[in-house]
Amino acid sequence: MAILTILIPVSLFLGAVGLVAFLWAMRTHQFDDLQGDAHRILLTDYDEKPAPKEK
Amino acid sequence: MALTDDHVQLAACPACVVVSPSDRVAAIRAQAARIMLSLPGAEGAGAISAVEGALRAFPGVRSARVNLSLRRVTVEAEPHLVAADLIPVLAAVGQEAHELDPGLLSSTETDRQGRALLMRIGVAFFSMMNIMLLSVAVWSGAEDATRDLFHFISGVIALPTVAFCGQPFFRSAWASLRQGRLGMDVPISLALILASSISVYETLHSGEKAYFDAAVMLSFFLLLGRWLDHRSRALARSAAEELAALEVPRAIVLDGAKEVVLPIAEVAVGDLVLVRPGGRMPVDGVVTAGTSEIDRGLLTGESLPVFAGPGTVVSAGEVNLTGPLTVQVTAAGRESSLHRMADLVAVAESAKTRYTTLADRASRLYSPLVHLLSFSAFAFWMWKTGGDIRYAINISAAVLIITCPCALGLAVPAVITAASGKLFRKGVLIKNGTALERLAEVDTVVFDKTGTLTMGAPEPLGLEALPAEALPVLGALARASAHPLAQALAARLPTTPLDDLREVPGYGVEGRLNGALVRLGRAEWVGAEALALTATYLSLNGQTHAVAFTDHIRPGAEAAIAGLRAQGIAVRLVSGDTEAAVAAFAARIGIADWVAGALPAEKAALVQGLGAEGHKVLMVGDGLNDTGALAAAHVSISPAQALDAARVASDIVLLGRDLSAIADAVFIARQAARRMVQNFGISAAYNVVAVPLALVGAATPLAAALAMSLSSISVSLNALRLRPWRS
Repeated sequence: MAILTILIPVSLFLGAVGLVAFLWAMRTHQFDDLQGDAHRILLTDYDEKPAPKEK
Repeated sequence: MALTDDHVQLAACPACVVVSPSDRVAAIRAQAARIMLSLPGAEGAGAISAVEGALRAFPGVRSARVNLSLRRVTVEAEPHLVAADLIPVLAAVGQEAHELDPGLLSSTETDRQGRALLMRIGVAFFSMMNIMLLSVAVWSGAEDATRDLFHFISGVIALPTVAFCGQPFFRSAWASLRQGRLGMDVPISLALILASSISVYETLHSGEKAYFDAAVMLSFFLLLGRWLDHRSRALARSAAEELAALEVPRAIVLDGAKEVVLPIAEVAVGDLVLVRPGGRMPVDGVVTAGTSEIDRGLLTGESLPVFAGPGTVVSAGEVNLTGPLTVQVTAAGRESSLHRMADLVAVAESAKTRYTTLADRASRLYSPLVHLLSFSAFAFWMWKTGGDIRYAINISAAVLIITCPCALGLAVPAVITAASGKLFRKGVLIKNGTALERLAEVDTVVFDKTGTLTMGAPEPLGLEALPAEALPVLGALARASAHPLAQALAARLPTTPLDDLREVPGYGVEGRLNGALVRLGRAEWVGAEALALTATYLSLNGQTHAVAFTDHIRPGAEAAIAGLRAQGIAVRLVSGDTEAAVAAFAARIGIADWVAGALPAEKAALVQGLGAEGHKVLMVGDGLNDTGALAAAHVSISPAQALDAARVASDIVLLGRDLSAIADAVFIARQAARRMVQNFGISAAYNVVAVPLALVGAATPLAAALAMSLSSISVSLNALRLRPWRS
């Protein structure tokens, strides 16, 4: 049962990483145009820089 | 209030320098840095790269970003660029573009609310997953110290989560308690608080049952319902705002001899405004120069044009038909009759929000019942166990959690999201949250004629009855004018050479055929007797001929009427037009029940009268004269081409030109209302099984979790079962 003292913090940490990633993605407006993103992946002429964010 | 304040400010500022229109344009150019364009035709990856590529290559554009979900592009540009510079650039790559007024797209506020909800959902989901992990271990038999440790960790995760995620519920529960009502959020908040505090107590005393998982799961599912609700509202609102923002209203202001294009908001009282033939009056005013005919159809519903010359008072929204008019502004922007009408509508709107929705009725029944059940369980077990408070509170908390309105919270939003999504794809935009439910109850439809059932495009009648030699003369005269009636004739008739052809704005067209004067135009000018119908008159060889017109029927109008009748709905027609015109049209489209010559107030009174007889009226109209009736009806629909004020007054907007979507909308609304009732039934059924278990003290946290998730999932699946209508 001693393994639990490692496993539980690890699982909580990984979950928290997921949560932070979700909050970051939301704050940087990444869910604003899901339809457009689905199509953008097909573009070949897209520049390397991330696109300017919409306010 | 704001109106009077502005007034006072204007009057109290005699020293204010009047800025010339050209300077006002310069001021606008200097600040225009962010341009928004609507791209109705944008589809797929090709459109994104074409639009962004073309715009980025244009000098002065700093960046361009397409939002495909909203069909919109946002351009950051050098200050000197305006939208009109960019529209041809997009036309060159095959994209239709329209300017949007960014000031009217106030989506940031709703956006922030949506994001806050989404963040709470994210947090609740994270906690739910982690707590569930620990709870599964407890359910499958963890004991003693392990169970206590797991409960303890769950509590450390759950308490901050409930405190953060429960805020929307706590706040609205508090608000409804202060008003002395028992809203749906009161039992929710009570369940959250009671479940958390009991679990803390049990954890500290090594108890067997902790409901941390239930508390967090409850907030997750309820937040999901809230978010769905918010999203369908926000989508409808942004689409409605876009319709309004599409009409960036502009006026041509005369600055000395120069013509300057200004947004309406910049036009001041006393300015001289030029209105070209075919243009809509942007302001209220008095004609100072020019003669013409004006179409007051959108304001009054009459299809006969009216003469306008110096001294004629014109109102915003009227259409100038034949000659250019110079109008001195008496009221602009918020003061104009168009806007005052919209303000009246806003008052009527607020009356409609008092409609009691299905969800309201359910919660009114449900909240007291839940409290009563929970309290009587507490009282019973106190008596039965001889005062064991801990056991009694445990039972009453279990009752609250099991009856939790998870499924109830999802029952309505899930159906509304599914139904409004389906209708949006058909070009029907639901603007108001309760409109779908009200539409389902409709038993009578009242249609407006001009612009709603008809396209507002005239079609000549009985041309073959005219003498053969008159037709080419008619055609030749008609070609000299831009008047809609003349255009309709010109498109259908041959021509012949005439001398001295000239248009007399406001009266008609004249010319000479072999030296004899021929005229086409208004009855009194031509010397003919006026008909009651929309008509134009020809004088030829000392004789006069009348050419009557009728209106094109809007596509899908017949299908819509047939579809509505098939669903058992009575169809009526009410119009501001003349009796003869309405009678002919009603016979053509097959409506027996019609009223002609109705003034705006009479239309509203007719709709109210039907309502007073117990009918649920759906009003379909497009003009300013319909706004009263639209606001008075149980539910109302207007086409996208309607006047702004009419669209504001209606609950539903048809985005396409086709009317047949109305029958679909009623069908889907009725189906949606059935699904909502079924969903309430489903969640009630789960309660019927689970509540007795909770009352006798046999409910485990596992049973609570199962009941909650199963009922939420089945309610959502049921919402997706909406089918389109096949006639």
